[in-house]
Amino acid sequence: MAQTLKGTDVVIIGLGAAGGIACLPLAEAGLQVIGLEAGTWLTRRDFAPDEIRNNVRDWPQAVQKANHEVPTHRVSATAPTTRASSHPMMNGVGGTTLHYWAQSWRLNPWDFKVVSETTRRYGRTRVPAGSTVEDWPFGYEELEPYYDKIEWETGVSGKAGNLKGTPDLRGNVFEGPRQREYPMPPLRGTGFTDLMGAAARGLGWRPFPGPAQINSRTFQDRSPCMYHGYCNRGGCHVDAKNGTNVTTIPRGQKTGRFSVVTRAHVTGVDVDARGRASAVRYVTDGEEFVQPARVVLLAAYTYENARLLLLSKSKAFPNGLSNNHGQVGRHYFSHTTGASVTALFPFDLNTWYGLPAQGVAVDDWADDNFDHAGLDFIGGGNLWVYSDRRPIQAANMNTFGRAPGWGAQWKAFVRQHADRANTAYLQKTTLPYEDNYLDLDPLVKDPLGFPVLRITADYRDNERRIGTFIQDKMEAWYRAAGATDIIRGPLGTMGLNTHAYGGTRMGDNPEANVVNRWGFSHEVPNLGILGGSVMGTSGAHNPTLTLQALAWRTADHLVRNWKSIAE
Amino acid sequence: MISRRDLLKVAGAAAAGAASPLERSDAPHSPSTPAPHPTSHDRQSSARRPLEALTADEADLLTAIVARLIPSDESGPGAVEAGAVHYIDRSLAGPLAPSRDAYRGGLAALERYAVSSRGRPFRELSPTDQDSLLIDLETGGATGSGAGFDGSSAAFFALIKAHTWQGTFGDPYYGGNQGFVGWDLLGYPGVRTAVVPDDQRLGTKPVPLRRSAYDSDMFNKA
Repeated sequence: MAQTLKGTDVVIIGLGAAGGIACLPLAEAGLQVIGLEAGTWLTRRDFAPDEIRNNVRDWPQAVQKANHEVPTHRVSATAPTTRASSHPMMNGVGGTTLHYWAQSWRLNPWDFKVVSETTRRYGRTRVPAGSTVEDWPFGYEELEPYYDKIEWETGVSGKAGNLKGTPDLRGNVFEGPRQREYPMPPLRGTGFTDLMGAAARGLGWRPFPGPAQINSRTFQDRSPCMYHGYCNRGGCHVDAKNGTNVTTIPRGQKTGRFSVVTRAHVTGVDVDARGRASAVRYVTDGEEFVQPARVVLLAAYTYENARLLLLSKSKAFPNGLSNNHGQVGRHYFSHTTGASVTALFPFDLNTWYGLPAQGVAVDDWADDNFDHAGLDFIGGGNLWVYSDRRPIQAANMNTFGRAPGWGAQWKAFVRQHADRANTAYLQKTTLPYEDNYLDLDPLVKDPLGFPVLRITADYRDNERRIGTFIQDKMEAWYRAAGATDIIRGPLGTMGLNTHAYGGTRMGDNPEANVVNRWGFSHEVPNLGILGGSVMGTSGAHNPTLTLQALAWRTADHLVRNWKSIAE
Repeated sequence: MISRRDLLKVAGAAAAGAASPLERSDAPHSPSTPAPHPTSHDRQSSARRPLEALTADEADLLTAIVARLIPSDESGPGAVEAGAVHYIDRSLAGPLAPSRDAYRGGLAALERYAVSSRGRPFRELSPTDQDSLLIDLETGGATGSGAGFDGSSAAFFALIKAHTWQGTFGDPYYGGNQGFVGWDLLGYPGVRTAVVPDDQRLGTKPVPLRRSAYDSDMFNKA
C-alpha cells in the first residue's frame, strides 16, 4: 500500500545537471520544493583517484539504478537489438555532473536556426531529406542571459571570444555575443596543448582554451582545480568541479524551502481527473510513496524522461503522459562522437595529468563557421585536444601496427610509447530523423518489472560526411604538430550516449513537439520537462550548459507565472 | 603550411628552456629507481598468497598464461611479478564474481585445446607454442576442436587480457601492480592529489610517486 505524503509546491524528479539547477531559483522565489533523487550524497572522500573504481567498475559505491535499466538499441526497426553492459550516466545528488568532463559550452547562434539559416544561405534542399529538424522557437539571444546566469552561478572558467560583438582571438571568435567575460580565466595550458595551439595557428586556424565548469582559481570559497588526472568519470576530491552537488543544490537547501530526498526511485507521474499532473510515485527500499505536488518538473536523463512518460499511462493519457500527439520519443538523436582520430608522436607528450576539460579547441570547422556551398553536408565539428591519460587506459593503447597487442614486442612498444599517443574528442552536428526514435522495449525489463527504453536510431549521410571531413581536419592538425602515425576510428552507431537529445522536444507546434517554448508540456500544463530531451539540435558542443540555461529559464518562467501554471 | 621542424622549435621555446621534443625522443625511457626483478619462477613457487576463488591448478595455468601476455624479460618484470593472478583471484571472489564460471570453463577448455592441438598441457609447451596457442584463442581459432569454449575463445582471451591489464596497471590497493611494476613499465609517474604546471610541461618527467590512492586516509575505500 503506497504511503501518500504531504503535498508540496513543486516536485523535481532527478537532481542532476538540470533538476539540480532548477531547485535554486524556485526555492529562492519562496516556493516549497522537494527533489527526488535515486542516488545518495557522495562527498570528496568518495572520489579517490582510482582508475579501477571510476573507469573499470563504474562507481560501485553509488546507487546502481541507471545500470539496472540500460536501454536497448537497434539501428533500425528491422535490425537486431543489442544491449550495452553499463549506462554512461550515474545516480547521485548532482547526477552525472559528479563525474562528467565539465566542458561548458554555449551553443552557436546557428544551432538555433539550422533550417532557416541553411535555407537562406544554401537553399531549402540542403536540409537533409528525412530529417525532422526545426528551428528552435527562439534564438541564441533569448538564452544568452541564462547562459550568463549559469556561468556565474555555478562557476565557469574560460575566455570570451565575442564580448558584445567585439571579437577576441584569445577566445572563440565564432561564439555568439556575450554580455560579459567568464567569471574565471581558462584552465591553464600544458606543454602539449601549447604545442597543438601553435600547430593550429600555423595552419591558419584560431585555437582557444575551452570553457569548463571547473574552478581555475578559488571561486565561491571552493578550491581551484588540482589537475590530478582522475576527473574523467571521476568526482573532484577538492570540490573544484562545479557540479550541482556543490553549487546550486546546497544553496537551494540553505533557503530552508528545498528538501532533498535520496534513494527515491521514481516509477511514474500520476494525473488527476482533469488530466493535470498531481503526484509522483517512488519506491525506497521496496516501500512505495506518493508525493503530491502542484507542479511536477521531470528532470531525469533524456532516456529516463521519455521512459517515465511512456510508463505513466492513464485514462487521459493512454499512450503515456503528454503523449496524445505521439511525440514522446520522437526526434531522438545522440551526438556523433565516433569517427575518432588517434595520433602517435615521436616524443613524450607528458599528458599523464590534467583533465578532459584542460585542452585546446578549434571551431573553424564547426556549425556554419565555414562556407558549405561546395560541400555535401551541413554543420561540422568541434576539434578538441586535451591532457588526460591513466595507466590502464594507456596500456590499452593502439599499437599503430607496430606491435601485436600483447607479449614481449607489445611490452617493448608501450615501454617506449605509453606517453606518446593522443586521441581527439570530436563532437559533430547530428540531426533528428523520421526513423530514429525511443519507445519501450517489448522484452527487456528492469528489476522492478518495468520495460526498459529501446533506442531505434542510426546516423545518416550528413553525419557520415561530417565524420570524414572532420577526421581529415584533425589528421592535418596532428600532423602539423609532429605526429607520425594516425589511426581513424569508425563512426559507430547512434546508441547509448552521454549526449542524448530529443524525445520531449521543445517547439511551438504541439503536433511535432512535447513541450512549449518555456519547457512545459503542451498537453499537461503543470508538467515541466528539463534536460537534453527538450533540445532539438546538438550543435558541435557539449549540451550541459545549454540544458542548464534552459532549466533555469523554465524555473524562472514558472516563478513568474506561478498562478496560471499551478492554479 | 608550417613545417614540423619549425613547429617543434616553437614548442621547444614554449617549454621555456626544456629540452626540445626532438632531442628528448632519443632519451632513454627508464624509471629513476628500477625495482629488483624477481623471475616468475621465484614468485610462483615460493610466495603465492592463499587463493580465494581459483583452484591451485587454475591459478598455475593462469600464471603461465599471464606470463606470456606481459612477460618478464631483460626490460623488467611482467604480469606475474605484478601479481595479476592475485588480483584476478581476489576479484573473482568479489566484484568480478560473475566471471567466475567463465574462468572455470575457459581454463578447462584451454587445457583441452592445448592437449588436442599441441599434444600436451599448456604449461608443458614451449613459450613459442604457448604464444601460438594464445593467438588461436585470441582470434577465435580455438573453437571447433572439441575444446568446448563457452561462446568464442576470443571472448575468453579478451576477458583474461582485460583482467590481466587491470591487475598489472591498476591501483595496488586491489592486489595487483605489486612493486608498481605496471606503472614503472609505462613510465606513469604515479597518483598525485595536486599537480603543478611543471608536471605538465614537455620535456619534463615528474619524479615517480609509488603509492596507492588509499595509502593516506584522505579517501573512503572502495
